[in-house]
Amino acid sequence: MFAFIIRRGLLSLLILFLAVSLLFGMIHMVPGDPATVMLGPKATPELKAEYSRRMGLDRPLVIQLGRFYAGLARGDLGVDPFSERNVVNIVWEQLPYTMMLVLAAIGGASLLGIPLGCFSAIRRNSLLDRLTAVMSVAFIAIPSFVVALYLLLWLAVKWRWFPAMGAGESGNFSDQAYHLVLPAIALGLGWVGYIARLVRASMLEVMEENHIRTARAFGLSERTIILHYALRIALLPTVTILGLGIGSMLSGALFAEIVFSRPGIGKLLYDAVLTRNYPIVMGSVLVTTGFFVLSTLAADVINAFLDPRLREQRGS
Amino acid sequence: MSLPVLNIQDLSIHYQTEQGPLQALRDVNLQVPEGKIIGIIGESGCGKSTLISAIIRLLAPNARIGRGSVNFKGRDLLRLSRDHMRALRGDEISMVFQDPMTSLNPVLTIGRQMYDVQHRSAANRAEKTARSLQMLDRVGISDPATQLQRYPHHLSGGMRQRVAIAMALMAEPDLLIADEPTTALDATLEVQIIHRLKELQREFGCSILFISHHLSVIAELCDEVIVMYAGEVVESGSVRDVFIDPRHPYTQKLLECDPARIAQRTRELPVIEGSLPNLVDLPGGCIFRERCSHRLARCGEDRPDLSGNQHQAACHLLDAES
Repeated sequence: MFAFIIRRGLLSLLILFLAVSLLFGMIHMVPGDPATVMLGPKATPELKAEYSRRMGLDRPLVIQLGRFYAGLARGDLGVDPFSERNVVNIVWEQLPYTMMLVLAAIGGASLLGIPLGCFSAIRRNSLLDRLTAVMSVAFIAIPSFVVALYLLLWLAVKWRWFPAMGAGESGNFSDQAYHLVLPAIALGLGWVGYIARLVRASMLEVMEENHIRTARAFGLSERTIILHYALRIALLPTVTILGLGIGSMLSGALFAEIVFSRPGIGKLLYDAVLTRNYPIVMGSVLVTTGFFVLSTLAADVINAFLDPRLREQRGS
Repeated sequence: MSLPVLNIQDLSIHYQTEQGPLQALRDVNLQVPEGKIIGIIGESGCGKSTLISAIIRLLAPNARIGRGSVNFKGRDLLRLSRDHMRALRGDEISMVFQDPMTSLNPVLTIGRQMYDVQHRSAANRAEKTARSLQMLDRVGISDPATQLQRYPHHLSGGMRQRVAIAMALMAEPDLLIADEPTTALDATLEVQIIHRLKELQREFGCSILFISHHLSVIAELCDEVIVMYAGEVVESGSVRDVFIDPRHPYTQKLLECDPARIAQRTRELPVIEGSLPNLVDLPGGCIFRERCSHRLARCGEDRPDLSGNQHQAACHLLDAES
């Protein structure tokens, strides 16, 4: 198990390196000179040259990338040219908001989706099963920013059940959780049905397997069979998809953060791209990619924990 | 003679299909006397699996019981409530399945599965573990303590089938149903398992209903044999009678086709010409008529009943002889 985590960890680092390098190149290919955006259209060429020199933008891309990694190795992601603050600090401040949002969304969606899927599989074609089928298709089809807008309009503005903006008072946990509800629903709603359908499909498959028939032939209770014998196997593909799903949730978080005026990495990245603020862009991209790589790693570790065959196959 | 442990009377089961009801079993009669091993032979699709699924009431959802009774120690299993039926499974009736590679849970240890199977026992964890160890030892698994920690994929097919047998015998059932337990194993292992099973049967004194299409296994292990064809019992009797003096043309053909019995070198292995009849649109008369080389005129009209005392067969030829 330990060897497995080490191996997967090293692979994750490699993936992170490749992804960040690629993104570094792509960001610099986006049209728009950062010096012009930064200093305005009336800036003199001398000023622009000075700015480019100061930010290291006049060097070849490879050197810039090398400097980025050299800084990274020292835990330094450069300085935000606007506020003159350390990028590491800025990103570090925003990260918890996005992580909380994504984890609340995926956690809530799993807590609802897994039991729903399980129930749908056991009571196939029941009313609840049909209802989840219809709802999941409907909710997957609606983009999360549309859900976000309507939640905001009805639950926050019209009925005033939930706050419309911000992330709540810092340090006040219940207030922060209260502010988290609507964005998390907006982000996670589509996933409830999706998870339910995934779990249902794999439960139906597992329940047909021979070892389930064996368990039945020994008179084990349906409860034991479902919870201990079937669900554990049925969850494997769902866990993998959830790990990958965090990636798409990170981009969904951007919309939720803009609509609900929440601080977070998505909002930070969005603003930084508009102003060609490369240090902030790279810092945010690095952190989100890292978060994504970590979540797929976590999914693999959870699966290895659930299934001994995976553990051995990749571990030794 | 003591009362049979299992007594199946006129059991008829069909499956609901798009084409109409598929008559999987028709008027099947079968007795398993106490302490005996009864074998069922027949080719694939003859209704063996439907029969055993009906006994433990784990039939496919589209199966319907037409008529008949499955009497187990004085109770009709077909009329038992679901909870009562569940209480019998793994306790008074237990099963060993065909494919040892898939019949154990892949993500739980052998120990956990053997522990769970004892869910009705009042013993504590240590006692149940001790019982598991004892049973593994009885089926001939070396170093049982280590095996309890392992997962099914660590074990060979033969080992897994031993584990399955250990689990099935753990509650000392009155009836053990073995559904082709050795078909997936190679010949050497098959012999070992068969011998072990016979030993254990004597030791535990249970009855066994043993399904196989391997004739020599049935001959080796069983006391009595039932030959099934296309959902009907066509012949039944002691292993000796049926194997030495087969009366039904199907049994005769089946024995001729057994590779173990073919003495001379041949270019082609003998086969029974033709295929199973369509069970949705059943032909009248004798079910084996189309493939029979001794066909009579009346075979197309009336269905032969089982005749004889200890050794029974359902064929008009027997009436013609007598």
